[in-house]
Formats: sequence, C-alpha cells, structure tokens
Amino acid sequence: MKRKTLAAAFATLLFTTGAAVASEAPKLPAQSWSFSGTFGTFGRPDLQRGFQVYKQICSSCHAAHLLAYRNLTDIGFTPQQVTDFAADFEVEDGPNDEGEMFTRKAVAADRFVKPFPNEAAARAANNGAYPPDLSLMTKARVGGPDYVYALLTGYKEEPPAGFALMEGMHYNEYFPGHQVAMAPPLSEGGVDYADGTTATVEQMAKDVVTFLSWAAEPEMEVRKRLGVKVMIFLVALTALLFALKRKIWSDVH
Amino acid sequence: MDAKTWKNPIIAWVDKRLPIFTMMQHDLVDYPTPRNLNYWWNFGSLAGIVLVIMIATGVVLAMHYTPHTQHAFESVERIMRDVNYGWLLRYLHMNGASMFFIVVYIHMFRGLYYGSYKAPRELLWQIGVIILLAMMATAFMGYVLPWGQMSYWGAKVITNLFSAIPLVGDAIVTWLWGGFAVDNPTLNRFFALHYLLPFLLFALVFLHLVALHTSKSNNPLGIDVKGPQDTIPFTPYYTVKDMFGLGAFLIFYLAFVFFAPNFFGEPDNYIKANPMQTPPHIVPEWYFLPFYAILRAITFDILFIPAKLLGVIAMFAAVLVLLFLPWLDRSAVRSARFRPIYKQVFWLFVADCILLGVVGGHPPEGVWVPLGQAATAFYFAFFLVIMPLLSFIERPRPLPSSISAAVTGKGVGISAHGVAE
Ligand code: HEC
Ligand code: HEM
Repeated sequence: MKRKTLAAAFATLLFTTGAAVASEAPKLPAQSWSFSGTFGTFGRPDLQRGFQVYKQICSSCHAAHLLAYRNLTDIGFTPQQVTDFAADFEVEDGPNDEGEMFTRKAVAADRFVKPFPNEAAARAANNGAYPPDLSLMTKARVGGPDYVYALLTGYKEEPPAGFALMEGMHYNEYFPGHQVAMAPPLSEGGVDYADGTTATVEQMAKDVVTFLSWAAEPEMEVRKRLGVKVMIFLVALTALLFALKRKIWSDVH
Repeated sequence: MDAKTWKNPIIAWVDKRLPIFTMMQHDLVDYPTPRNLNYWWNFGSLAGIVLVIMIATGVVLAMHYTPHTQHAFESVERIMRDVNYGWLLRYLHMNGASMFFIVVYIHMFRGLYYGSYKAPRELLWQIGVIILLAMMATAFMGYVLPWGQMSYWGAKVITNLFSAIPLVGDAIVTWLWGGFAVDNPTLNRFFALHYLLPFLLFALVFLHLVALHTSKSNNPLGIDVKGPQDTIPFTPYYTVKDMFGLGAFLIFYLAFVFFAPNFFGEPDNYIKANPMQTPPHIVPEWYFLPFYAILRAITFDILFIPAKLLGVIAMFAAVLVLLFLPWLDRSAVRSARFRPIYKQVFWLFVADCILLGVVGGHPPEGVWVPLGQAATAFYFAFFLVIMPLLSFIERPRPLPSSISAAVTGKGVGISAHGVAE
C-alpha cells in the first residue's frame, strides 16, 4: 500500500498530465477591476453589494472561515450593522459553570459561521461535491478574479453536442473539465440590492468577485498605499546615493 | 594587522582586549579593493543583506506561526490578517526567498564569467557552492511551512526522491518523514531545520568572507593586483557603491512585495494541504525549476540503474559539479573578456539554464522531453567537455599589464602565455 502511494506520487511527478485538462479550457476574458494595478482600490458600494450576494446566495453552501464579522467594518458597515449580521447566526460556546456546552448568538468577534458543521455534511447536501471555502478563492486559482467571474457567468444551458454530461452536473465553459457540481448560483434578480442597483447576473458576479477579492486580500489597499510612499522614498534615496557615489568616485576615474 | 590607536578611550579599552574595532577597520574600511570592479560585484553584499532580512523577518514570523498540520495554514493567514503588518513581514520573507536566489544566481554567473573560481579562490568558490546547497535546503523546507497544497505535495515528491536509493531508500524516506507519510512530524522537523539552517548559512557566509579577504577580490580583468596603484580602500568607495546598489535592489524587491506579492508563487499554495487530492500540476518554486528539469530529463535506464535513480543523481550532480570547476577549467586566463570562445559559450550556458527553467515548468510531455534532455546534455557538456577542452584549444587575447594601466589606458598587451601580440 505504502509502496503504491509512493509510486503514485512519483508518477505524478514524472508524468503529470493534469495540465492537459487545464489547457483545453478557453482563455479567460480579462475584466477591468477597480482594484487591479498600482493604485487600484475596492469601491465600498461594490463591496457591500458583493457581501449581500455572498450572504444571500453563496453562504448557503460555501464557508469563508478566515473572515470575522468584525472585518466587515473595513468595507464600510457600521458596528451596529455588523452586530446585526452576526446576530443572525448561532455558535456553540462553553463549557459554562455547569460544564455544559451551549449555543449563543454570534458576535462581531466571531468568524463567519460555516453553513455545514463539517465536510461530510457539506458533501451530503451537495450531491457528493464539496463547496470549497471562499475566503482565499481569488488567490487560489490561476486567473484569480477573472476566473471566478468567468466561472459564475460561464454556464451553458445545453452542453455542446457529443459532450457526455454526468447526472446532476452542469456544463461550464471555464471550469476545468467543464462539468461542475455547482448549479448556476446566479440568476437575474437573484438578490434585491439595498442600493437599488439592477441585479443582472453580470452585476452580481462582478460584485461578489470584488467582495471575494477583498476577502482574500483585506490588506490590499493599505499595502498599495504604503508601497507608493515607500517607492517615492526609495527612488529619492537611491538618486541621492547615486549622486554621492559619483561625487566620491570622481577622483578615481 | 597593526592595532590602530583609537581616540575614544572606551573604544581603545575594548579594542586592546578584543580587537573588533581594528578588525572592522581592517575589513570594512581599509580593505584594499581593485579599483575597476563593475556593478556585478554588488551582488555579494546584496546577498548578505538579503540573508539578514530573511533572518529578521523569519524570526518574527516564527513568533506567530504554529508548526502543526491542523494549524499551520490558518496561522499563516492569521499573520496575514490579524498580526500588525504581518502581511508585510510575510510578503518580505516570501519574496525575499526569490530575491535571494536571483541575487545569488547572478553572483554565481559573475564568478563563472570572470573566472573567480580559479586559484587562489578555489575554496572561496566551494564555500559558495555549499552556501547554495544550504540555501536550497532552507528554501525547500520553508516552502513546506505554510502547509498549502504545493507545500505538501512538493515535500512529498522531493522527499520521495530518496526512495530511489537502492536497498535503503524506503527506510531513508520513512526516517526523513518521521513516519509513513508526510505528516505532523515532518512539518515539525522542517520547521526546526528551517529555523536552524539560516544560522548555519550565516556561519558559512562568514567563512566565505574570511576566504575572500585572504585571497582578495578578483576583478573584471581577471589579473592580479600588482600594487597599491591598482586598489582603492573599501570605504568610502565601495561602501557608497554598495549602498547605491542596495537602493536600486530594494526598489526592485519591494515593488514585488507591495504591488505583486504573489508573482513568484503558485495559486495552489493558497489551498490548504489535502493528502487525498493531488494537484494536477506539481511544480517547485521557480528557483528549483532548472534542477527539476534535469531530474526529469532522464527517462531511460542505463544498464541496471533505473531512470529514477539516474535522474536523482543527475540533479545532485548538477550542483556538485560546480565544486570541481577550478580543476575542470585549466585556462590560465580568468576573465572571459580575454577568452573569445569561452565568452560565447558562457552566454550559451546562461541561455541553457534559462531554457532548463522553462522546461522544468512544463509537464514532461511532447517536445519538452527531448528539449529537456538536450538542455541537460549541454549543461553537463559545458562543464565536463567544453571547459576542459577550451583550456587547450582557445587562444586568449592579450592581457593588460596591470589594472591601473588598463584603467588609464596605458600598458602593453601580453597574452596569457607570455606572448606579446
Ligand atoms: C447550492 C450550493 C452552492 C451555492 C449556492 C454556491 N455554490 Fe459554489 N460550489 C458549490 C459546489 C458543490 C462546488 C464544487 C464544484 C465541483 O467541485 O464540481 C462549488 C464550487 C465553487 C467554486 C470553485 C470552483 C473551482 O474552480 O474549484 C467557486 C469559485 C464557487 N463555487 C463560487 C460560488 C459563488 C461566488 C457563489 C455565490 C454566488 C456560489 N459558489 C454559490 C455549491 C454552491
Ligand atoms: C536563508 C534564509 C531563508 C530562506 C531562503 C527562507 C525561505 C522561506 C520560504 C520560501 C518560505 C515559504 C514562504 C511562503 O510561501 O509563505 C518560508 C517560510 C517561513 N520561514 Fe523562512 N527562510 C529563511 C530564513 C528564515 C529564518 C531565519 C526563519 C526564522 C527564524 C524563518 C522562518 C519562517 C517561517 C516561520 C515561515 C512560515 C511562514 C510563512 O509561510 O510565511 N525563515 N521561508
């Protein structure tokens, strides 16, 4: 048995063919994201709409366990709103003074409550497939935000002729292998946006991907802002050092 | 080393009993350095600074990191999200590893081009090769720590290589793992070693510098220093040049840290390790790709030796061959500037290493297999055939009589064989 796994691991090393599957996927259409580039930032309204999509649709299957409710103040929600979001969920706590575990309402300091207690329960509810945690999703796929957007908008009602779609699977242009266990999660008007934006599939996809990109890199805006300052400082310092070097070396050449 | 008289009484008191100030004066200030060093000579000091940055960021990361399979991935994400400037520490460390290899590879190609491995600098060069090996081990084990998919599967694939050793291979692998699979004991020991090795590296770098300051720096002309007119004191000349180089390097390094921190990484490593799910395409970090290509180039058995074992041997030989460089290259001329054929083959070799890197990043199928084999053949031929051969057939161009003569444009051309041309 052990020898078999060793051999299998080595075979994957030597004869990896998985990339062949990936390479047949069509090229991802590049979207223009407000948060790409050196000065890119997340739009607060986009993030809040994206959170609404995540909360009302995705979170029934997908966890995002690296996020805490308190993090939502970073995307412009008030502490009261955050407390209210959290209060919709129950978490197990304890033991109390009698040694009993008990459930209580979630508070801002709690991590996002998972929709299923464990992977087996998630699979059981999803036809055997496991909806992965979304907290790092845009960093964990080649193509990042473009991929997730393409996945969400890349469903086809009918697979191309001759494509053998398995029972309970859905045809998606961008998912590796094209058969995905997730039913198209977005449909026209799937959420009632609080700010009145029309909830087209593209709009919701864009918003939820923006939210997930923030979830994956909550430090991004601070990072880029600090980066710009550091760069300006370094360029000035390096220019001065260059001048100093020229001056000191002037008697050598 | 004459003890200098220090004005400050405290410094004088200490120095009389422990001459650290005299040593610093000797090695960082007065150290006579060839006056003609170009910017390729900046990369040694850069590598030293990167090592210090790695140790500084690594020690702080270690304060927040948990080396347990159940917690490692989450603890790294905690560093990213909840530790003050934790994202900065981690991205500095993560990209620092890539920078370390960029800087050290350039440093080594510099040595290769200017013949810095030749007498009297053989040991200096060999310590460098050992440093490279220690760096590779450190980086490999560091990459396992965040316990992502590539961490886990990379560790599994690479440790499995040892199973190719006849008879004792499987026992060695079990011993390395501390069990029958890559698991918590493996992660624990990798963390311990990942913390230890950089300090070993530090000691090796110290030896490297002692050897350097004994035989002194080579220079772009590759000729010996003939007298004081050929040198300038390290401070202020090279101190300021190194500072300027550091500034330029930091711009490059920090641009990645702040604006493209995952440029060198694999998306799969943001998925928590899952022993039940093999990623479709297991690749090591970019700096290992040329060696990975060499490992996979051997797809055929030779006599009774199986391909897998041959691949492992070839991969290790690719680094170890560097130890023998001083004796493989018999040419009396150091610098490629005066070696018309070597100079061209050198660039072919650089291209070959890049090609190996590209091959290593692709699955071994189709055209990549013969390409990888050809590139591997050239890699070894460069050291084992071309270098020894060139020493005899190449006719070097005339060498300048001295560094100062070359710098001031005077001097008679004398070839390496003493023939005026
Ligand atoms: C009814 C349950 C369900 C809902 C609702 C749902 N998903 Fe999924 N999702 C799944 C399942 C199941 C998978 C695993 C698919 C597979 O492996 O074939 C999945 C997979 C994914 C993946 C990973 C694809 C990959 O490359 O592995 C992403 C990204 C994703 N979902 C995003 C979302 C987003 C965003 C939403 C909300 C708009 C959402 N999902 C709503 C069930 C769901
Ligand atoms: C020679 C210098 C070093 C090199 C080349 C190196 C390399 C690496 C690499 C490649 C990683 C994985 C980065 C990632 O994917 O996140 C890593 C992680 C780590 N290293 Fe180092 N390292 C060095 C020195 C150190 C030192 C001195 C320490 C501590 C004393 C340290 C502590 C850590 C820790 C705790 C992690 C895991 C956290 C993380 O993944 O960011 N490292 N190292």
